[in-house]
Amino acid sequence: MRRWLVQPEFKVERDPARCIQCQVCVRQCANDVHSYDEDDELVSSDGASCVGCHRCATLCPTGAIAIGRSQLDFKPNANWTPENIRNVYKQAEGGGVLLSSMGNDKPWRVYWDHLLLNAAQVTNPSIDPLREPMELVTYLGRKPDQVRVERGPDGKAKLATEIAPQLKLRTPIMFSAMSYGSISYNASRALAQAAAEAGTFANTGEGGLHTDFRPYASNMIVQVASGRFGVDPDYLNIAAAVEIKIGQGAKPGIGGHLPGEKVDAAISRTRMIPQGTDAISPAPHHDIYSIEDLLQLICAIKEATGHRKPVSVKIAAVHNVSAVASGAVRAGADIVAIDGLRGGTGAAPTTIRDNVGIPIELALAAVDSRLREEGIRNRASLVAAGSFRSAADVAKAIALGADAVYIGTAAAVAMGCHLCQRCYTGKCNWGIATQDPFLTKRLNPDVATRRLTNLLRGWSLEIKEMLGGMGVNAIESLRGNREHLRAVGLSDREMAILGVKPAGE
Amino acid sequence: MKNDSTKYLVIGNSVAAVAAVEAIRETDAAGSIVMVSREPKHVYSRPLISYWLAGKVDDGRMDWRPRSFYEDLKVKAVLGAEAVKLDTSKHVVELADGGRIGYEKLLIATGGTPIVPKISGRETAGVFTFTEWADAERVGSFIAERKVARAVVVGAGMIGVKAVEALAARGVRVTVVELAPRVLAAALDERAAKLAEAAMVNAGVEVRCGAEVEAVVAREGRAAGVRLKGGAEVPCELVIVAVGVVPSVALARSAGGAVEVDRGILVDDAMRTSAPDVYAAGDVAQGREALSGTKRAIPIWPGAFRQGRIAGLAMAGAKVANYDGALVMNSVSVFGLATISVGTAAVAPAGAEVLVSERAEPPSYRKVVIQDGRVVGAMLVGDIDRAGLFTGLIRSGTDVSAVKDLLLTEQFGVLSLPAEYRKHVVSGAGIEV
Amino acid sequence: MKRIYAREEFCLGCRLCEIQCLVRHSKSKKIIKAFRQERDQITPGVMVESAGHVTFAMQCRHCDSAPCLEACITGAMHRDPKTGAVLCDADRCVGCWMCVMTCPAGAVRRGKDQKAASKCDLCAGDKTPVCVLNCPNEAIVYEER
Ligand SMILES: Cc1cc2nc3c(=O)[nH]c(=O)nc-3n(C[C@H](O)[C@H](O)[C@H](O)COP(=O)(O)OP(=O)(O)OC[C@H]3O[C@@H](n4cnc5c(N)ncnc54)[C@H](O)[C@@H]3O)c2cc1C
Ligand code: SF4
Ligand code: SF4
Repeated sequence: MRRWLVQPEFKVERDPARCIQCQVCVRQCANDVHSYDEDDELVSSDGASCVGCHRCATLCPTGAIAIGRSQLDFKPNANWTPENIRNVYKQAEGGGVLLSSMGNDKPWRVYWDHLLLNAAQVTNPSIDPLREPMELVTYLGRKPDQVRVERGPDGKAKLATEIAPQLKLRTPIMFSAMSYGSISYNASRALAQAAAEAGTFANTGEGGLHTDFRPYASNMIVQVASGRFGVDPDYLNIAAAVEIKIGQGAKPGIGGHLPGEKVDAAISRTRMIPQGTDAISPAPHHDIYSIEDLLQLICAIKEATGHRKPVSVKIAAVHNVSAVASGAVRAGADIVAIDGLRGGTGAAPTTIRDNVGIPIELALAAVDSRLREEGIRNRASLVAAGSFRSAADVAKAIALGADAVYIGTAAAVAMGCHLCQRCYTGKCNWGIATQDPFLTKRLNPDVATRRLTNLLRGWSLEIKEMLGGMGVNAIESLRGNREHLRAVGLSDREMAILGVKPAGE
Repeated sequence: MKNDSTKYLVIGNSVAAVAAVEAIRETDAAGSIVMVSREPKHVYSRPLISYWLAGKVDDGRMDWRPRSFYEDLKVKAVLGAEAVKLDTSKHVVELADGGRIGYEKLLIATGGTPIVPKISGRETAGVFTFTEWADAERVGSFIAERKVARAVVVGAGMIGVKAVEALAARGVRVTVVELAPRVLAAALDERAAKLAEAAMVNAGVEVRCGAEVEAVVAREGRAAGVRLKGGAEVPCELVIVAVGVVPSVALARSAGGAVEVDRGILVDDAMRTSAPDVYAAGDVAQGREALSGTKRAIPIWPGAFRQGRIAGLAMAGAKVANYDGALVMNSVSVFGLATISVGTAAVAPAGAEVLVSERAEPPSYRKVVIQDGRVVGAMLVGDIDRAGLFTGLIRSGTDVSAVKDLLLTEQFGVLSLPAEYRKHVVSGAGIEV
Repeated sequence: MKRIYAREEFCLGCRLCEIQCLVRHSKSKKIIKAFRQERDQITPGVMVESAGHVTFAMQCRHCDSAPCLEACITGAMHRDPKTGAVLCDADRCVGCWMCVMTCPAGAVRRGKDQKAASKCDLCAGDKTPVCVLNCPNEAIVYEER
């Protein structure tokens, strides 16, 4: 359909002095932006369908391609931004719900950028992580209310308290839920392999566990979502932990929908649904309308897994997140994962993605405070999610009270994602969020695994540097220690919620 | 040459002989080797004589092995000596100069001899055959001395065509006379031959097919033209007779029936002849043909190489790889128009399926012959790149039923090959072609 | 010996290998210059084949028992005694195309000028051939198998 009023977002410029007519761009763009004219023996570009993914520019061997924003400016208007105007055009043509992908891109305050970390000087000397051990190992799961030690008949002390099942992470960073189906087989494989290699966990998302990834199951958290795709006793028992997905930060209160065209044989097998049918995740779990219902499901899963696996409950950061989190902990969740406003997705109504939920920083601080106040903080680990962009973000989240974080967007970016936000079209030029066989092969899982483990290594080293700078030698010492944070440019109320002092105080 | 004796005696100094010697040395580093050759030249490449005559290859480049070859491989080379008699019971070969060489193992790699039909006047000065370097040298000097302007080549087979090209390159106007109704009749079918003929005509060559030379017309003791059956006369100062070669079996025959000879010397899959310790390889041998399984003499270079190699291994007592017979094939460029023909391509066997793809400009004609799901022949004119894919398929007997429609498409490649066979190709183990 | 292998499941079909091969075998070794001035003269040693979404970078297998070597009438096609690579000496080659006829992988082609055969030379002794070096998805590997 020709959209009359919607003008291209990007402009593709080709430097004729550098272009060698090799046609790599023609072969790489799934949006048919570039074409080769046999008669003229010339490659040319039409930016109209460019999504700004940079695939062509990245692979162009001479650097002849530049992708810029379209120069077609509207009359400046702070209220009616070009995006608002364009969206109205689009809906006036199509009349549907506008879709988007990845996380919220609106300029809501990113609190990480208003928080600063501490460092030690003189009185509490800093530690050089290259010379001294620095502990990042993290255990996720219910911690006992008190620890009892007994002396055995041999006179030796031994732990008398039974410890609930724990996940042991070599670094407090996990890969968040991205289902096989929303992302490609190769991307799923890379995440599983990287988690196993790095000693952390990857989350299956709600798409089930492909049989090929079973060898990595001990480094995988399997999800039970409202569609219950791929769930059977085997699925629950083979994994390291089970996560009940209540909500997702990018689209709180909204279900999911994988169109039937994407449900090929392998996905149908993995999700346990007929091939070619739409995979619909209802907005709510139809058997959960109260905390008691949630408790029942948690108990059912624990029974099914012989109480050997921690059970996590993933919720979206919404207004009453702390009450929900508290309820989840009381219902028996061993881990509560909170997904913030900027969390990513394969597809969401743009208006939901951009306007529903609250930032992860505030939600995390609120939940951590609430659980402490209620004296139940030890009963569950907190995992924060929703756009961690750097090791600093992670360190700040730990200081705010997170036991670990989930990274989704950062992981996708490590694999090559350029955040063009078109996952929902299924034409991911980087082979990540697509099932198109022309595109999925672009992601060599071994390369992606290497890139993911590199990222984890880099961030872990940086966290160690920061810890050393603060004069502590274990991530435990930073966890929930908001004294290590200071705020810049935040209101008193925001600082009160975050539980941090202003810089200088 | 005085009397001598050796462990390995090799008669011949060309591709089959050299391949054999190299194979012997892979297994037996010390055993004495004597090579005897009628031609007095260092190892040279026979197919290059037309290029040499055309001036495209100089003397140095004629060498097919470095000058140090004999020394490197510890070979005693007896060049310019013809072997005339074989006594298989005494294990002795007699040379034309009376010398005798005893052997433990003997290889006959004497190649082929040009056929000279009974044309009257064939002894006239200016009439040549064209199979050895010395022929090319004679033709070359003759052209230079006599300022030859016109020539007739009798026979438009592979050697004839090469001679035509070489003469043309020397600035001679050539008429080629061929008995068959088309040029390169053994290798090409009618359509392909048409293209080849057009290429020759374009280059200024006169092509007369379905014509027979009856006599060489001599004037003042020198060739002045040829007379065709029917009376037409083609004036020329030079005649090259290139109507084919026959295996050079005289030495084998001299053994008085001990070495079984049909058209060529009959050999088994290890190149053994009927006489103990006597082997034969190359153009002189008549071994198994790949597709039919019957014994045929196939005078081509790759076949001679392979047979020579196998003979060498067998003579030295090494394990001989499975020999699956020689495959008929040829690659001939006709004034820049490349032609390749492999297997049973010119005449499709009854019941075979023939796939064809053609293009007028630039000329291209490609044809694949399939029998019982397997490729048995391929012919490519013009677009010959990747022709070996077909040769490999013919050789391996791979069932191509599933990929038949792809065979002549532009995308046909290794990717289109059946999975198992493709794996084999990619592994790089190589295929005995 | 070490050989180049394609992992077709990860080959993008971008043909950067062909492009880099051409540059490596150009006089200038500069991509823009090579394409402007020598594109019509160089046949890349690697060729990307495709069938639907499956693509595959193919080059000379440097066979253990190489049919092209046996078929070559000039000795132009030879095996490098040090590396084991099968190489074509363009100066000796007369363009008889015996090798083209016999290579079961179809890896030998006529050079653009039709004067000499052209094929992969494993980048003439470079540690890693350029196609392997430049594949954006590591879909071509150089290894011993
Ligand atoms: C002009 C021309 C072009 C050709 N082009 C091609 C081509 O493009 N492709 C292809 O596949 N084939 C071609 N051939 C055929 C190819 O040359 C032969 O198949 C190949 O040379 C056969 O090798 P051989 O070792 O069996 O015998 P030959 O090469 O014929 O060598 C025979 C050897 O034996 C010696 N000899 C013979 N008799 C005696 C004796 N009684 N005593 C001592 N020594 C003796 C000779 O001196 C010679 O050294 C061509 C041939 C010719 C003539
Ligand atoms: S969509 Fe991606 S590959 Fe296509 S032109 Fe735009 S930036 Fe290049
Ligand atoms: S084309 Fe060149 S390399 Fe190939 S066989 Fe002929 S001479 Fe040898």
